[in-house]
Amino acid sequence: MDVSEPAIRVEGLVRSFGRTQALRGLDLEVPPGTVTALLGPNGAGKTTLVRILATLIRPDRGTARILGRDVVREAFAVRSLIGLTGQYAALDELLTGRENLRLIGRLAHLGERRARARAEDLLHLVGIAEAAGRPVTTYSGGMRRRLDIAAGLMGSPAVLVLDEPTTGLDPRGRIEVWELIESLVRQGTTLLLTTQHLEEADRLADAIAVIDRGRIVASGTDEELKRRVGGEVLEVRLADAGQASRARAALEPMAAGPVRVEGALVSVPVRHPSGAVVHAVRRLDAAAVEAEDVALRRPTLDDVFLVLTGHAAGADPEPDVWRVA
Amino acid sequence: MSATFGPLERISWGLYDTAVLTWRNLLRVLRNPIYLVTEVVIQPVLFTLLFAYIFGGAIHISGASYLDFLMPGIFVQTTTFGSMNTAVGLAEDLEKGLMDRFRSLPVAYWAVPVGRVLADLVLDAFGLGLMVAVAYAIGFRFHGDAGQTLAAVGVVVLWGFSIACFGALLGVLLRRTSTVQAFGFVAMFPLTFASSTFVPVQTMPGWLRAFSSHSPITAVVDTVRHLVLDTPGGGSSTLAAVAWSLAVLAVSVPLAAYGFRRLTR
Repeated sequence: MDVSEPAIRVEGLVRSFGRTQALRGLDLEVPPGTVTALLGPNGAGKTTLVRILATLIRPDRGTARILGRDVVREAFAVRSLIGLTGQYAALDELLTGRENLRLIGRLAHLGERRARARAEDLLHLVGIAEAAGRPVTTYSGGMRRRLDIAAGLMGSPAVLVLDEPTTGLDPRGRIEVWELIESLVRQGTTLLLTTQHLEEADRLADAIAVIDRGRIVASGTDEELKRRVGGEVLEVRLADAGQASRARAALEPMAAGPVRVEGALVSVPVRHPSGAVVHAVRRLDAAAVEAEDVALRRPTLDDVFLVLTGHAAGADPEPDVWRVA
Repeated sequence: MSATFGPLERISWGLYDTAVLTWRNLLRVLRNPIYLVTEVVIQPVLFTLLFAYIFGGAIHISGASYLDFLMPGIFVQTTTFGSMNTAVGLAEDLEKGLMDRFRSLPVAYWAVPVGRVLADLVLDAFGLGLMVAVAYAIGFRFHGDAGQTLAAVGVVVLWGFSIACFGALLGVLLRRTSTVQAFGFVAMFPLTFASSTFVPVQTMPGWLRAFSSHSPITAVVDTVRHLVLDTPGGGSSTLAAVAWSLAVLAVSVPLAAYGFRRLTR
């Protein structure tokens, strides 16, 4: 394997399902030893990309390589290089956690001894050593997802792909999974993770690629992206929605991007959060606009999308291709 | 690594995958005690006892006891029903995303269905052994010599293998457990009952007899029955039984293989 090759290199990837274009010329590069988050709403093409990288489906056009190996022509070799954890925990519910991992280890052709040893190591790493002898049916959502991540790691893959690792988890489960991913990152695992949450990408990734309608529309570090988004968002809740346009006019001069109005809620991206609230209250007073509440919040995916694409998140529907290909 | 793979390495690699997955499928049954008791133990015993005692008093077969007549039919019916486990098992793996996990690993593409079929054959064999034991206890006997008895087992196993491969095709074709179960109920009951499984086809009305006497189930049951009862004239049904088994294999195996490859579209 060539060390100078990027862990993942995707060029001009196109894939349609019937008349739905899931990927429309997607380019992406993930250097070894780094964590890249693919940030985008439902239907942006994240899962389609992940399935192509894991050799589960083929692209219509374009190429994808894992450490220089083509996912179509060298699919068999790629399967030894990539570990996959999907949106739905792909575990055998009747078997125990330990049996699940050993099964994956054997199918990864580790050999019996290494499969057993690696299963024990990973059960400790993901924190389910104590429940290892229980069937998966008894596990919580967070435990299942952590076991699923361990399953993705069984074959010691060069690249681990996590498709929305925290979707569907309760807050506690999400934190458990985040902490696990952070410990993997510290060990230098090369990771591509998809997410709908900027907060998640921000917390876990070195680089963020924003995906919209089958294309990467922006990429960079979280700092670079947030600079483009304008840092934080000032939210003003008006006492009277009828005053929205006056509020918009009053706040526009301090905005670092487009101002959004939804009913009585006015969202203003601001570059310098310090003093922004005081500033806004003065401007609203001067314009005789009555505000019920003024607060700063961190930008969400919606804000990122509005700034980067000019339209709100949640675009084309993506077919449910994960379970039934 | 894969580039240097010769055909022999590839086959032994796939056989290892198959062994691992066969074991996994059997372990699942051991881990599911309700299924183990109801489907694997009680159902064959129940079928044997129910049919033997309910129909046994009403149906008279010339030259044989009804139990000896019935058991070959029950053997074949049980293995035929068993193919639905193959179909449901594969559909379940497809539905739950496990198939994706297996396919994202360096696993031979044919190992998943073959591992499923082999596990179901092991369960079939266990069920058949159990039925023979129960039937023996209430008076069933093999009337042929050891060679005929072995041949009878061989015909049942060959049919069981063929129909399990058909089950694998159904699983990858229908892809949902609920669809497979609906299909199984509608297809399997008429197929196994409209045959010589429980009664001689001569007793059926003409239109049904026309269907039943040409059914593969009838061919297989008649063959096994001739071997179990040691009656002459089993040649034509033997030919038909083997031909049907091979035909089902010849259709199911390539189509199922195509279906599994087509998962990667």
